[in-house]
Amino acid sequence: MDGLFTEAFVTSLFFGAVTVGIPLLLAGIGEQISEKAGVLNIGLEGMMLMGAYGGFVTAYYSDSFWLGFLVGGVSGMVVASLMVLFCVFLSMNQIVIGIALTIGVEGLTALLHHFQFSRTYPRLSEVPSMDIPLLQEIPVIGHAFFERHAIVYLAVLLVVVVAWLFKRTHVGLNLQAAGDKPAALDAAGVDVKITRAAAVLTTGFLAGLGGAFMANIGAGLFVPFMTHGNGFIAIVLAMLARGHPLWVLFGATLFGVSLALTTALQVAGVNIPTDVVQMLPFAMVILVLILFARHSYLPPALGLPYHRGER
Amino acid sequence: MMFSVLRVLVPIILALVVGGLILLALGKDPIAYYEYVLQRGLFSWSGFQQTIIRAAPLLLIASGLIVAFRAGIWNLGVDGQFLLAAVAAAALAPILITALPSWLTIIICCVVSILVAALWSLIPAFLKAQYGLNEIVTTLMMTFLGISFANVLVKLPFNDPTNSVPQTEILPVADRLGRLFDTTIHSGIIIALAAVFLVHFVMTRTSFGLRLQIVGANPRAARHAGLNVGRLTYATFALSAGLTGLGGAVEILGVWGTMRADWNPAYGLLVVPLVFLARFNGIAVIGFTLFFAILMIGGESASRRLGVPNFYVLVLVALLLTFLALVEYLDHVSRQRKKA
Repeated sequence: MDGLFTEAFVTSLFFGAVTVGIPLLLAGIGEQISEKAGVLNIGLEGMMLMGAYGGFVTAYYSDSFWLGFLVGGVSGMVVASLMVLFCVFLSMNQIVIGIALTIGVEGLTALLHHFQFSRTYPRLSEVPSMDIPLLQEIPVIGHAFFERHAIVYLAVLLVVVVAWLFKRTHVGLNLQAAGDKPAALDAAGVDVKITRAAAVLTTGFLAGLGGAFMANIGAGLFVPFMTHGNGFIAIVLAMLARGHPLWVLFGATLFGVSLALTTALQVAGVNIPTDVVQMLPFAMVILVLILFARHSYLPPALGLPYHRGER
Repeated sequence: MMFSVLRVLVPIILALVVGGLILLALGKDPIAYYEYVLQRGLFSWSGFQQTIIRAAPLLLIASGLIVAFRAGIWNLGVDGQFLLAAVAAAALAPILITALPSWLTIIICCVVSILVAALWSLIPAFLKAQYGLNEIVTTLMMTFLGISFANVLVKLPFNDPTNSVPQTEILPVADRLGRLFDTTIHSGIIIALAAVFLVHFVMTRTSFGLRLQIVGANPRAARHAGLNVGRLTYATFALSAGLTGLGGAVEILGVWGTMRADWNPAYGLLVVPLVFLARFNGIAVIGFTLFFAILMIGGESASRRLGVPNFYVLVLVALLLTFLALVEYLDHVSRQRKKA
């Protein structure tokens, strides 16, 4: 087994881990914001997929990765705004609407892709990277971590920002109150629905951004149904992270490595069927849930609509 | 009565209209599409038979979902349960048939499929009963795992190398589920209808069903009333997954006779809205399933003939769910107003 862990192997392992982990990180942080505010966002998968489609099409026609990310985020936000309308303002069933949004986006993006590209899957040009001087020289990890598109660094920075937001600001407190005891937030003079709406829209943007990253940086193309359960994995990450953004980063890294492992093994010449590869992350989640389930935490008012004056 | 009919018809009509507008935006004629779908799915003899055949697994899945939803458990892991049960039936049947009569083979395969699916649901059941973990997420994880696992099973241990594509050994047509009269419809539809009626009876007319409903309505109250919520949770998962698994067995033993790698009809999330539309009512679900089967069979023909990919049916389902929830909401609001 000694021969397996060559430099090329470890480098491609880390490089792949970052590529796979960033969408999970973005969507996971997003979901955490929603959950904190008391909205279980089952539509996350749909928001990611819409972001992947919107982000790809924009980047494809405009040749700009940044514009692609922006439109990807906004596409996710558009899906999220439906969730806001139906679930936050009209208090409709969050689970039914979440499923509806995911199925609807799956169908819609596949249809749009079909009518635009038929059965071809055009690729984007090579990803421009922002190299960090000196750090990029580090053997093995330099290429994987410090020769990436700037959005990668921003995503990691986001973890710190959100952690600060949760812990040190009124915004964070309001979010937490909206999920833990909405009536108290209302009594304090803050509109619960507006707080939740803002949380869900932010989630939509981040999930859409994650989807756009998957399409534009991860794959370089759009394939219908390409998010393949990543949105749901992100929900699990957010659940297990118990409201700590840093734990989402940890979880996303763990997942990234487990997913990248198979690709890296193939680089190293070990042949594994793709179905086994696809099982790995889900098997990981189940294992983690069985081992650590009693530590997962969800806010008391999660999934419940808020009506003023109702007990 | 009039009102409840409206409550069902309005979402369907709205979904068809908005879906039609989307078709129009994509440059397709919605009227021609719907007409073609009806023609192929209902008004042609071969299409009608296909519709009934398709309804069998859908009804079995629906009956499983009714048990779960009435007990307040969101079993969204249908696809994994369905496929693994299908693999079990497909792998077992050709071996058993060499030693046993076909009726016994079919019965044993069905039982094994039910058990396989029920076992697969054990992990989410355990996490729910033990730690109160949200089963939506766990069943979804298990379903992604199950879909890939089913493929691995078909490609490696149960692969019959005499075929060009990876698939299990083929069960001879003569040994599959019997046909009804002179049609191509297999007897799976009878099994499915029996299951739906049985589930409806158990859930509405027996004390066991009542207990499940109490757990579904308010688990805490159920605990106070002395019900063993943990055990009922396991029972719900096992029943729900078992019925779904029977659906997988019926589809393999009735239609395909073999399981191909990468075969995944993904009925799971599509049946969910039907069960909602029927308000967890077993009798009503039969009508909706037939409606949906027509849509699927007709839609599959239309995708070949009219160039509207079958993804369109997904959009239609999503619209249906949304309008359904909307009508429900408006109904709720108007009732609140009346009260006030």
